[in-house]
Amino acid sequence: MVKDLSVNLGGLRLKNPVIPASGTFGFGLEMAEYFDLNLLGGISLKGTTREARLGNPTPRIAEAHCGMLNSVGLQNPGIDALVGEKVPALRKIYDGAVIANISGFSVEEYAWNCEKAYACDGIDIVEVNVSCPNVHDGGMAFGTEPSSAAAVTKAVKEVCRKPVFVKLSPNVTDIVAIARACEDAGADGFTVANTFLGMRIDLKTRRPVLANKVGGFSGPAIFPIALRMVWQVSHACSVPVMGCGGVASARDVIEMMMAGASAVQVGSENIRDPYACRKIVEELPETMAGLGIDSLEQIIGTV
Amino acid sequence: MKDDFTIESNECVAERTWRLVLLSDDTHYLFSGEFVDIAVPGFYLRRPISVCDSSEGRIVLYYKVVGEGTKALSGMAQGSRLNLLTGLGNGFDASLCTSSALLVGGGLGSAPLYPLARELKAAGKNVRVILGFNKASETVLEEEFRSLCDGVEITTMDGSRGIKGLVSDAPSFHRTDYDCFYTCGPLVMMKAVCKALPIPGQLSLEERMGCGSGFCYGCTVQTASGPRRVCKDGPVFNKEDMIW
Repeated sequence: MVKDLSVNLGGLRLKNPVIPASGTFGFGLEMAEYFDLNLLGGISLKGTTREARLGNPTPRIAEAHCGMLNSVGLQNPGIDALVGEKVPALRKIYDGAVIANISGFSVEEYAWNCEKAYACDGIDIVEVNVSCPNVHDGGMAFGTEPSSAAAVTKAVKEVCRKPVFVKLSPNVTDIVAIARACEDAGADGFTVANTFLGMRIDLKTRRPVLANKVGGFSGPAIFPIALRMVWQVSHACSVPVMGCGGVASARDVIEMMMAGASAVQVGSENIRDPYACRKIVEELPETMAGLGIDSLEQIIGTV
Repeated sequence: MKDDFTIESNECVAERTWRLVLLSDDTHYLFSGEFVDIAVPGFYLRRPISVCDSSEGRIVLYYKVVGEGTKALSGMAQGSRLNLLTGLGNGFDASLCTSSALLVGGGLGSAPLYPLARELKAAGKNVRVILGFNKASETVLEEEFRSLCDGVEITTMDGSRGIKGLVSDAPSFHRTDYDCFYTCGPLVMMKAVCKALPIPGQLSLEERMGCGSGFCYGCTVQTASGPRRVCKDGPVFNKEDMIW
């Protein structure tokens, strides 16, 4: 029997639930030499701010057991380059869902950027990043309090009538309280979750490995925590969730969906293996067959 | 390109320095300055290592045991399999040289200069080489360069081999008949070389990398022409690109 991999995400029909996570796939264009991007359900583009940013000093990558840390710090060419150059160029080679990941340093900046993303034809979904751990006075600062996360959501929803998914921070005591506040403010969905704030020290130099000292920890080590948060948020809220955190296989995708994810983002695994998303998409039908699953949509939130 | 290779040999050739020869069924044409990204079993991120030599289905790499990943790599036996990403990076531009080039290597930075020397010699250029090491026991590739080039000088910091001191203490550093230079090694050495030589030159940078392929933006450096990824826009840059 032909397996149905398609899913509905915020009113969009995706051919499958596999989406490379923001920051691990560039603007899509960088990956076109590896495989046909059209086999992906969607692509979440690199986090974008109003002004171009150089990011943090290097080193901004560190290794850990079963994962990695990054402190890239939102290096990006700015919102005008995103909507004027990157997305139109990607659209020439890709017809799946395009998710613009938007950051900011003030509520006004989030709204400004999202209004531009709304006006850009090539963008289907706006993912509001209130959870970047690598920038000061922005990013995660908005995502760790229900009131500020809701304020960003409300401001964005006033100017953007495309589906708005809020990318939540896992660095909080109660992710459900923040999700509920965002849902009340009009969020159309969530990405659960961003990276965990972490650190490594070089024993020889006795200094932090990262120039920024701390960075976002990701990879298979965080999968069970991200899965738990997907389960909590998807059961507490009525809007769809994109599961994100340590996904490295078709089995992980199915587990995230059973926990409640309507689509699943693959992050760090791309950095180990640029072909990771293609491999996962190709593995899905056989993995589904082995588990007696005919349609992925039927398993969403069944646990 | 991703491919599985078989270890033909993996041996210690100098202090903490290993020579790894890998075989593949496919032909990999690798150019000078290019690197591969090796998945070491048991470690999360790949290890980027410059290519020192390549021929049909065979590549030669030199690496230093500096941490847990390279330590594990050094323990891998002949016949073991390794997964590599190949074809990474922007290499040296041999056409920069019109007739005579100086190559300056520091430590294992000497390795990526070897295929460049071969390329330059094949094009009929005059090639002189200075290789700097901390001490005699760390010296590598001396014979390989000698068999190829028009002059090779070795410097060591402690004077245990060749000229005592820095690469700039070698007499051939002060010749004026070069029309360009190429350098790879510690940043302080490359900075000194770029500042001292008033001719066009290229250098190969090193940085902690994530993807090695240009999409994670983990290894970005600021250059005179804006932010550039060491893995994709480099690792080789022109002297003028550098903001020292």
